[in-house]
Amino acid sequence: MLRYALKRLISLALSLAVASVVIFAVIEVAPGDPASFMLGVNAQPETLAALRAELGLDVSRPQRYLNWVSGMLAGDFGTSYTYRTPVAQMVADRLWVSLPLALYALTLSTLIAFPVGIYAAARRGKPGDLAVMGATQLGIAVPNFWFAMMLVLIFAINLRWFNAGGFAGWDNGLWAGLHSLTLPAIALALPQAAILARVMRSALLDILGEDFMRTARAKGLSRRQALWRHGVRNALIPVLTIIGLQFSFLLAGSIIIEQVFYLPGLGRLVFQAISARDLIVVESVVMLLVFAVITVNFLVDLAYAAVDPRLRSRT
Amino acid sequence: MSRALILGAALSSVVVLMALLSFVWTPYDHAALNIPEKLQPPNAQHWFGTDHFGRDMFSMIMVGARTSIAVALVAVGIGMALGAPLGLAAAARKGSWLDELIMRGNDLVFAFPSLVIAILITAVFGPGAVNAIIAIGIFNIPVFARITRGAALSLWEREFILAARVAGKGAARISAEHILPNVANLLIVQGTIQFSLGILAEAGLSYVGLGAQPPTPSWGRMLADAQTMVSFAPHLALIPGLAIIVTVLGLNLLGDGLRDWLDPRIRVARA
Repeated sequence: MLRYALKRLISLALSLAVASVVIFAVIEVAPGDPASFMLGVNAQPETLAALRAELGLDVSRPQRYLNWVSGMLAGDFGTSYTYRTPVAQMVADRLWVSLPLALYALTLSTLIAFPVGIYAAARRGKPGDLAVMGATQLGIAVPNFWFAMMLVLIFAINLRWFNAGGFAGWDNGLWAGLHSLTLPAIALALPQAAILARVMRSALLDILGEDFMRTARAKGLSRRQALWRHGVRNALIPVLTIIGLQFSFLLAGSIIIEQVFYLPGLGRLVFQAISARDLIVVESVVMLLVFAVITVNFLVDLAYAAVDPRLRSRT
Repeated sequence: MSRALILGAALSSVVVLMALLSFVWTPYDHAALNIPEKLQPPNAQHWFGTDHFGRDMFSMIMVGARTSIAVALVAVGIGMALGAPLGLAAAARKGSWLDELIMRGNDLVFAFPSLVIAILITAVFGPGAVNAIIAIGIFNIPVFARITRGAALSLWEREFILAARVAGKGAARISAEHILPNVANLLIVQGTIQFSLGILAEAGLSYVGLGAQPPTPSWGRMLADAQTMVSFAPHLALIPGLAIIVTVLGLNLLGDGLRDWLDPRIRVARA
């Protein structure tokens, strides 16, 4: 297990290194010099040179890359070109919205998908199963941001149960924060839950055909007991993979959903940064997202190596 | 043929035919402003109503279908054209450094959701439909590479491939002449699924302003425009959303139906 973890850790570090080079290279080819963009066309050459030195733009490209990476490792993401504040602070503030939103949605999606998937698998081919399959087929086709707009229309504008947008902040208590993230989280979670429920169902159906399930019935377990004790547990492996993949979709998806609800998360930050050509912010946010995706997948790999020793020898 | 296949094919063809028809005919000029008739709910003159500029929604949906289909189709094309050869090459040299390189490269691309690629590209080159295509296309490459490799690997173990090798054919020729035709079905099915995901991705990118720019109509941007008016003109949001759902649902059903229809083993297993 330790060897496996070490191997995966090395491959994690390599992926991150390559990803950082790619992101840096893409941002580097962007036309325009940030310093002259900040100061305008009439800037004095001396002030321009001073600002370039201050922003660390006066060194060679490889040196700049190394400075960027070593800065990030030390928690310093550089200084925003437009706000002149540390990027790390800006990102951290926004992360307090986006990350809880993604986790909230992931929790909802799992809580919905598990019972629905198990219900459908246990009633394979019966009306209940067909209804679930139809509903999930529809759920997969619904764009989450459109679903979000419909939720606003129904629950915020007509029923007035929630605010149509904005974030109450965590300072007003956990409940106020969660309340303002509820509609966005539902919008993110339901389409993902549709996918997860289908995965849960088909994973369970695969396992129901296994010999050990027949053995479980033969030794006197009822269908329900066998399903719960041996079926669900074994179905968790493929389901876990999808949950890991979904986290990255949810984090990226929260960027779009934030636009519907006017939430001050990473999405708002990155779109403002794009229009202001604040490339260092874009660079940092993208790196952070990629970091999150790679790390979550790494953790998922470790999790199922822990659950299922057979997987350790693979890859 | 299953009901899913028929329903999926029907829904998909309606959307494609509407898009094609829009090249020669739309009920109204999709770009013509007609302020006196603005914000009408669906009625006999304007089947899907009008927007805040009095533009005919039905015409806009028809022309918007063009944008969605074009972006998603080209993105699938990019993914397939680059991904399938990579997958074939990786399978032909299983376990070699080439295989390792291709698969690790794939893992890396998977770490960049298409939205993130779009953000990067837009930050550098500005927003536009072409950049949306590239972003979705790049994300499609590893999808096709992976399934091609997986299917090709099992084919390489088969006798008819051995026969081809004995006949003196090289790995490249075997891949092109024997492996590719045998994975084509799989690619078509996956292509349908990626097509529907591409429609969703395009809508999302246009919605946040990273996709097609005005005056090109697109379903995602229609939704973005509708957002502030949803309380008094819900049809503005409802209709483009339903258009997306019908298209994606149709393509998904088509993909599922095709998979069952093209793969006799699954058909037997289900019977």
